[in-house]
Amino acid sequence: MSPEKMVRMANQIAIFFKTQPGDDAAEKIAQHLSDFWEPRMRDQLHAHVDAGGAGLDPLVIAADARIRTTTAEG
Amino acid sequence: MKDFIIPVRERDMGTPARSGAPVTLTIDGVPVTVPEGTSVMRAAMEAGIQVPKLCATDSVEAFGSCRLCVVEIAGRRGTPASCTTPVAEGMEVRTGSDRVRKVRRGVMELYISDHPLDCLTCAANGDCELQDMAGMVGLRDVRYSAPEGAGLANHFEARDTSGAANPEWLPKDDSNPYFTYDPSKCIVCSRCVRACEEVQGTFALTIEGRGFDSRVSAGGAGDDFLTSDCVSCGACVQACPTATLQEKSVIELGTPDRAVVTTCAYCGVGCSFKAEMNGDELVRMVPYKHGKANRGHSCVKGRFAYGYAHHQDRILKPLIRERIDQPWREVEWDEALSFAAARLRGIQARHGRKSVGVITSSRCTNEETYLVQKLARAVFGNNNTDTCARVCHSPTGYGLGQTFGTSAGTQDFDSVEQTDVVIVIGANPTDGHPVFASRLKKRLRAGAKLIVIDPRRIDLVKSPHVQAANHLPLRPGTNVAVVSAMAHVIVTEGLMDEEFIRTRCDWDEFQHYADFISDPRHSPEATEMLTGVPATSLREAARLFATGGNGAIYYGLGVTEHSQGSTTVMGIANLAMLTGNIGRPGVGVNPLRGQNNVQGACDMGSFPHELPGYRHVKGAEARAVYEQLWGVEIDPEPGLRIPNMLDAAVDGSFKGLYCQGEDILQSDPDTKHVAAGLAAMDCVIVHDLFLNETANYAHVFLPGSTFLEKDGTFTNAERRINRVRRVIPPRNGYADWEITQMLAKAMGADWGYTHPAQIMEEIALTTPSFAGVDYALLEEKGSVQWPVNDASPEGTPLMHVEGFVRGKGRFIVTEYVATDERSGPRFPLLLTTGRILSQYNVGAQTRRTDNVIWHAEDVLEIHPHDAEVRGVADGDWVRLASRSGETSLRAQITDRVSPGVVYTTFHHPDTQANVITTDYSDWATNCPEYKVTAVQVSLSNGPSEWQEDYAAQAANARRILPAAE
Repeated sequence: MSPEKMVRMANQIAIFFKTQPGDDAAEKIAQHLSDFWEPRMRDQLHAHVDAGGAGLDPLVIAADARIRTTTAEG
Repeated sequence: MKDFIIPVRERDMGTPARSGAPVTLTIDGVPVTVPEGTSVMRAAMEAGIQVPKLCATDSVEAFGSCRLCVVEIAGRRGTPASCTTPVAEGMEVRTGSDRVRKVRRGVMELYISDHPLDCLTCAANGDCELQDMAGMVGLRDVRYSAPEGAGLANHFEARDTSGAANPEWLPKDDSNPYFTYDPSKCIVCSRCVRACEEVQGTFALTIEGRGFDSRVSAGGAGDDFLTSDCVSCGACVQACPTATLQEKSVIELGTPDRAVVTTCAYCGVGCSFKAEMNGDELVRMVPYKHGKANRGHSCVKGRFAYGYAHHQDRILKPLIRERIDQPWREVEWDEALSFAAARLRGIQARHGRKSVGVITSSRCTNEETYLVQKLARAVFGNNNTDTCARVCHSPTGYGLGQTFGTSAGTQDFDSVEQTDVVIVIGANPTDGHPVFASRLKKRLRAGAKLIVIDPRRIDLVKSPHVQAANHLPLRPGTNVAVVSAMAHVIVTEGLMDEEFIRTRCDWDEFQHYADFISDPRHSPEATEMLTGVPATSLREAARLFATGGNGAIYYGLGVTEHSQGSTTVMGIANLAMLTGNIGRPGVGVNPLRGQNNVQGACDMGSFPHELPGYRHVKGAEARAVYEQLWGVEIDPEPGLRIPNMLDAAVDGSFKGLYCQGEDILQSDPDTKHVAAGLAAMDCVIVHDLFLNETANYAHVFLPGSTFLEKDGTFTNAERRINRVRRVIPPRNGYADWEITQMLAKAMGADWGYTHPAQIMEEIALTTPSFAGVDYALLEEKGSVQWPVNDASPEGTPLMHVEGFVRGKGRFIVTEYVATDERSGPRFPLLLTTGRILSQYNVGAQTRRTDNVIWHAEDVLEIHPHDAEVRGVADGDWVRLASRSGETSLRAQITDRVSPGVVYTTFHHPDTQANVITTDYSDWATNCPEYKVTAVQVSLSNGPSEWQEDYAAQAANARRILPAAE
């Protein structure tokens, strides 16, 4: 998938959870990505974040970190 | 298992059923108790006594015109018609006195004096109520004849003996491809006219003239059946007691001798049909009166458009090729399957376990779908399974799952009979779900109110005897803003059902929601500029829905196929909860599913993140069920969705696909991207009836079977599990479930199913919501709605009656976010897409029937203003371009669409509307944003270069070498 498409899809998810009440948006985004994104899509996201995360909503970058922690723990 | 075979003719009770207080009367000395309001005729039938009749039939209200059904009633004068006389307590009826016999013979003699006596060669011979009734009343002689010297005084002889033309005679109208109208056989009982009005709701037929000149007439002067408003549903043909309106198939093949009850393979309404057979030949499809989704009605597709099963394009032998630029080679099943298996295993060996996947079909049965996802999970060893619900109702799954706890539609179709206010949003039921539309229109004619939220003025907005109270013609892409504005009005004007919210929903979540939605930025006045919906009519609609009694919401793909599809579904759920419209008849949230088994495909675990019964693959408990039964390890990670598979294919990590009964190249968005993905794969297996568009990129073609050729079940939009029964043997040799099993075995699996009933046993064993389903129960009940379990052993017509599936209903904040797809200087118009009555989905089936007479090509609807500034006249070829691609098609100028909006259908591969659509998708589910694409329209000379290249590539890809000797 093109980086632009991935960034757009990830940001779309962030935009939804940002509007929800509570301060756990990053956690919810991480959950959504873990539940619905196949591992190679998440790997692409990790790689993009590692490469500077251009274009990504800061909440997606925070969510990405959480996914990695959970995966590492799991 | 034996077929469920019933006699062709079902008992006709004469007049419709009533519900009311019990009334007891005696008929010919037999006491009978029936509901108040029942006709004497129907009461007699209940008592086992048939009163002769012609103009009465139980699908329409009594009319009292033929006077054949006269009876005598003690204490009353004369001989009243039993069809129009309601029962009364203590009434004593005699149906067979000398006096009524004489009246009936006199009536029948008059009828027969104006009817041809060609019974032996008549298409309705043996299936003619006039013939039966003449026998029943004992007519032995006809004394009437034309006066000597005067012209003929009948309607059935074209010429008199001198050769002079009979001015009363009219020729047969065979303009409709499926049935004929022969005025010479008409007895003017008006059953067809009433069926068109009461059952179908189209009002295309009328009785023209008076007295002896009375004629059934379609449309206005100069119209025939084809040019009239007739939608060819066939209700009139079914109601006709003679050969006046007759199926052409019966004229050609003869009358049927038995019927097998089965389920339509078109839309998500899931109509029950009798497949009527003459020997081993299917003579006609007749909607089954006891079918609980359709109650004896059908549309043109279900009743008539089954001829594709015998179309010459059907592929009946497997085909393979090394590369897609080669012609196909016809081979035996063994060779095709081992070729496919070796390729898939080879890919997995080279590129890893997750490099292959499946697409299950929403057109195939539950059992077949279950096996295809099992193939992915148990044989491929991954979760790369998806289904076309991805591109239609996946947001329903997510949105209703989050708010109510299950993606299921909440009602049965019968519920519409008790509704008072209906919102139809992003759906066009008269075209997409026609039988539901007829049931809805019947309720609207009885006084229910309608609110239509759609960019287009769909037929429901105004059609004979139906008019929407409000039509909110929103700008494509602004659903969330409109639904939120309605909620804003309901909350800020205090119209919500607080009692319901307090007892049934999460109160804290509601508080958040109420704060959010009360903000003035959600008011209709604030959003009017954005949505294009006048604030006053939006306020009216919101008030009507909140205060008008039972409120029901029906929605379709105009809701889901957006960047914010899931959010709109949540908004709809919020509206239903706000107004307390959940958990009883007449209300609810009702997704109208596109294909026949979209619901079932979702139920059966077709999604890459869910095992059957909507259990996420991350759940160890659900995985364990299958791991134990199948003896394999289930991957706890979600697999690839269809768009992700195509992306991964272009990236080179996804190489093999088994696609059953779906044509992703035509149906999925951004055709060029789909083609690139398919072209990048090493093994594409298409399992279908025809060499569809996707097959142009396939290496293996496995010929499929039609719904007429196999056993199984479909689950319709109301969660109703209906039996599909085999009426003819599979022309390709195998039912589709057998083919999937053969492929699995070729890859090393040890499956040994010998009948779909065994697959259903496995589904019931492993899926809690199907725990009580088996074929014996379906034989007994006809159909059941899941969940079927210990708590509801006979199924669940209504969901969330006592409480929501998730416990408390959850209000979710629905912030409107504009789609990135915006009109601008280059692409100033918004394209939205839909379907038309006569065609179905990609048209693979309906294009191979006579339905093409109604819709031979896709056209672009454009508003007169937009057409004028571009110099476009009606019927001109226009170029339709977006940032994704361009195509050409003919323009149709209409104010059905608003200025700035254009519309087309996607039924024809030579138009390929999806060349235009983009890869934007729903934030939660990747459901593509089909309904909003920024486009430009300009004049063109004909098909675009891309269309010509595509046609050439397709022709090349479809070459088949003759089989090797």
